[in-house]
Amino acid sequence: MKRTGPLLAMLAVLVFCMGQARAENLIISLSSSQVAITSTYIGTDLVIFGVIGRDQASATRSEHYDIVVSARGPRSHMVVREKAPFGPFWVNQREQKFTFVPATMAVASNRPLDDITSPEMQSRYQLGLDSAMLTADRRDERFVKALIRLKQHDRLYASLPHNVEFITPNVFKAVIPVPARAPTGLYDVEVALLSGSVRLTSQSTHFEVIKTGFEQDVAEAARLHGWLYGFAALLMAGLFGWLATIVFRRD
Amino acid sequence: MMEFYLPIAELPVNIWLIVGMSAVVGFISGMFGVGGGFLITPLLIFLGIPPAVAVASVSTQIAASSLTALISYWKRRALDIKLGLVLLSGSSIGTVIGVATFNALRRVGQLDLTIGLSYIILLGGIGLLMLYESLKALRARRGGRTATQPRGGNHPWYFGLPFRMRFAASGLYVSVIPLLVMALVVGFFGALLGIGGGFMIVPALIYLFRVPTMVVVGTSMFQILFSMSGATLLHATTNHSVDFVLAGLLIVGGVFGAQFGARAGRHLKGEQFRLLLALIVLAVAMRFLGELALKPEDVFSLSVSTSPVPMTAGAAQ
Repeated sequence: MKRTGPLLAMLAVLVFCMGQARAENLIISLSSSQVAITSTYIGTDLVIFGVIGRDQASATRSEHYDIVVSARGPRSHMVVREKAPFGPFWVNQREQKFTFVPATMAVASNRPLDDITSPEMQSRYQLGLDSAMLTADRRDERFVKALIRLKQHDRLYASLPHNVEFITPNVFKAVIPVPARAPTGLYDVEVALLSGSVRLTSQSTHFEVIKTGFEQDVAEAARLHGWLYGFAALLMAGLFGWLATIVFRRD
Repeated sequence: MMEFYLPIAELPVNIWLIVGMSAVVGFISGMFGVGGGFLITPLLIFLGIPPAVAVASVSTQIAASSLTALISYWKRRALDIKLGLVLLSGSSIGTVIGVATFNALRRVGQLDLTIGLSYIILLGGIGLLMLYESLKALRARRGGRTATQPRGGNHPWYFGLPFRMRFAASGLYVSVIPLLVMALVVGFFGALLGIGGGFMIVPALIYLFRVPTMVVVGTSMFQILFSMSGATLLHATTNHSVDFVLAGLLIVGGVFGAQFGARAGRHLKGEQFRLLLALIVLAVAMRFLGELALKPEDVFSLSVSTSPVPMTAGAAQ
């Protein structure tokens, strides 16, 4: 039963899709399309509201709807290294490289992913923290787990199985954290609608993390005017260094 | 609680934590005339600040604190500019080699190991040497004799190499070759470990070259001021990794801490001074030894891949 259930449901979806318009549709709205990093920025939350639209073609479903929201930050290549004893010391030995690893990732859902669908379907639908881990080498699960664990430890990755809340059976609200160390850049948000462990449809949107004001000025000065910036830093160093001798002269 | 977002390090930090930390390190560095980089750089990295930003911003801070110290030593004429210039030229060459080695090791993934081993060997060696010497001096003093200052008659062999030069302020007549080699080694490890190298140059001048303790600290500060100013400019123009705000916070804590440290240091006797510095240096060495020899909490570590990764089909989705 466990195996045929999803299969049957998938077939049903296929039939509906071939028939006419999509059975269900998703309308989502992000509370803000821009996160501004100011001097007092310590991380923030974004809220996503969504409505599940139905038309006549929609099947009457015996199961509830499930929502999985995945927010992924700018991507870069990463390398995970493993230390092993070498003589008296612990030394980096094996390593595995990962391509296009999101800097941050938050996966929010209305209940734990394993309750929503099977691990195989999770990886097919690209749900869950380990779904985005691509490696050029032969994939070693220990390294994948280590990468996710280290990212979670730095609070860059988060699995949030209770951050999606259904306000009515067709209207939901999801909270997506943007961590304090989130890098600047474009972030993808993908909202997947599932029912009976099968994905019905999905929608995606974006938001941007940017530096503003003072933070932006300093970062731009450092990048565009390296020499001037360096001399300014030295001038500050000199000024403070000299001031200290004035302040403390009286003894 | 007062958090401030660092524009280059790209994370919020607690202002008071950074200022307090640098004040404590500044106190120690003012007391002993060492830059304190070997203490504060590992602390910042521990707080999560990217190593490149930590190293670059600390170099700006050390420039500031060494200037403060240098001004007071200058007023007391307690420095040897000629010796400082010779050391500076040697350490500049070492710095360039050190930066290249740093980048090569980072690519191979053995940077942590090399830094750890370097700290253990350098700090452990210097620390033990100083501990032995200062304990001997203290015991001699307690025994009623004055500490035997190893001066006069029997010079080590390397004093007599070619290109001898007279350093009046240090009362030294010595070949520049060993001085340049020593400064080169210090510059190399300084760049590799992201530190000023004062903790290496001060004992080397005292023990290997018998420069009077009075002049040593000022001279070391002179060398550090210029090499750290150079490092700041180098980091600012190549990696853009100097964090103005972080450097500012470190400076504020550091310069004031150093003032109190310098005053506390004035009341220390030579042997006590060296004993204390030896213990601090050894403690840091032990910490690095423990880090390498004990099983790490997590055997895995994560870093941004600097070498090009072969592209896989579909990886760009």
